[in-house]
Amino acid sequence: MIEIEDVHKSFGLLEVIKGVTMNVARGEVVSVIGGSGSGKSTLLMCVNGLEPINSGRILVDGTVVHARETDLNKLRTKIGIVFQQWNAFPHLTVLENVMLAPRKVLGKSRQDAEAVAVERLTHVGLADKLKVYPSKLSGGQQQRMAIARALAMSPDYMLLDEVTSALDPQLVGEVLDTLRLLSSEGMTMIVVTHEIRFARDVSNRVAFFHQGRIHEIGPPEQVIGSPRQPETMAFLKSVL
Amino acid sequence: MLAGCIVTIEVAVLSIIIGIAFGVLLALARMGRKDVWSWVANAWIEVARNTPALFQIYLAYFGLGSLGLHISSFLALLAGITFNNAGYLAETFRGGLRAIPGTQIRAARSLGMTAGQGFRLVVLPQLIRVVYYPITNQMILAVLMTALGLTVGLDSDLAGVTQRFNVLTYRTFEYFSVAAVLYYLVAKILLAAARLLAFRLFRY
Ligand SMILES: Nc1ncnc2c1ncn2[C@@H]1O[C@H](COP(=O)(O)OP(=O)(O)O)[C@@H](O)[C@H]1O
Ligand SMILES: [Mg+2]
Repeated sequence: MIEIEDVHKSFGLLEVIKGVTMNVARGEVVSVIGGSGSGKSTLLMCVNGLEPINSGRILVDGTVVHARETDLNKLRTKIGIVFQQWNAFPHLTVLENVMLAPRKVLGKSRQDAEAVAVERLTHVGLADKLKVYPSKLSGGQQQRMAIARALAMSPDYMLLDEVTSALDPQLVGEVLDTLRLLSSEGMTMIVVTHEIRFARDVSNRVAFFHQGRIHEIGPPEQVIGSPRQPETMAFLKSVL
Repeated sequence: MLAGCIVTIEVAVLSIIIGIAFGVLLALARMGRKDVWSWVANAWIEVARNTPALFQIYLAYFGLGSLGLHISSFLALLAGITFNNAGYLAETFRGGLRAIPGTQIRAARSLGMTAGQGFRLVVLPQLIRVVYYPITNQMILAVLMTALGLTVGLDSDLAGVTQRFNVLTYRTFEYFSVAAVLYYLVAKILLAAARLLAFRLFRY
């Protein structure tokens, strides 16, 4: 369970998260929508401790993320995160990209790490690209590789930050299919996305972010189907 | 004259290896906290890059000599060129580190790697690739700079041997032409070796 309690976060004088409270239960898929600059990416990076917060707290399975005594490296092994820009390690093959953290962080043997990596890469449809370097992959393939790389750590949670935003339109579908597959397997996910149809079809709840706050949250039928807030309506109109 | 080539290569390769070590330290000092070390690094880099290599070698020989520290002309040449290499390479390393996007570190950290692991497993291999060709360029420059050993009386390197024969025979044109061809070949051979190594090293 991820518990976000009244979190505030500033960059210098600029407050980008102004009191966000949200819980994500095991097995739940929460989509986060909202205009650019509203603080969505920052919130995800606070959840896995990549960014410090100014006040409030975030708990993951009861562990306070920003507590001094929390072992962030250990915590991060159960929170997979995939970013908008493809962050493939260019000097490693697809297989090596996915094997690296299981070997070096989880201490798996080469055989074990390879078995898991092959399994995850097959899962995201990249079984034929194992020995290829990322520069030879399309954007959609790189993004699926990044998802497999996160999954190879066997995380309990996946945070996905606009994983399709940098892709050509014809490549978006294959990545969304991968996410659908994950959700059907019961993966707990926070998905920041501009794909409204995807958010409507896959999420248990949708949160609309506006100026550093959750402006509206609820089941997709409500937030996307019949939004109550005028800002939500305006946003949906602008992206649909 | 071939024996001279060996000495020339020796000085060039040694000065690059030691230059890399000092270059890394200089780059770290310069990027780190503003203290006396960053000041020293800054001064070193500025002088190395903005004064003639000839002066740097001269100062190593006669400057240190006047301070009572007498070193052989071989060592003076090596020290001078190393000083020069380190200054240029420090800037190469600094630039190289900037060329690797912060998102790579972010990706490494979010997979649970420590800062050290992220640097060693993700940043360093990419950094080596980025600085590799600038380093080989600097090595070729170092080969050519060794000829300045003449000015501090080194007579065992290619330029020194050539000058010795020249003085004995006065066949200046012939000997210096042969020496020029040999410098060219040494540079090309080192470059080819570097290419070969790169081919083995970088598969992406
Ligand atoms: N590292 C940073 N330093 C300073 N400002 C930042 C930084 N990261 C994000 N911001 C600012 O915080 C605000 C929210 O950014 P972000 O979380 O990326 O929004 P979103 O993902 O919703 O588009 C923006 O105004 C952005 O300019
Ligand atoms: Mg964003």
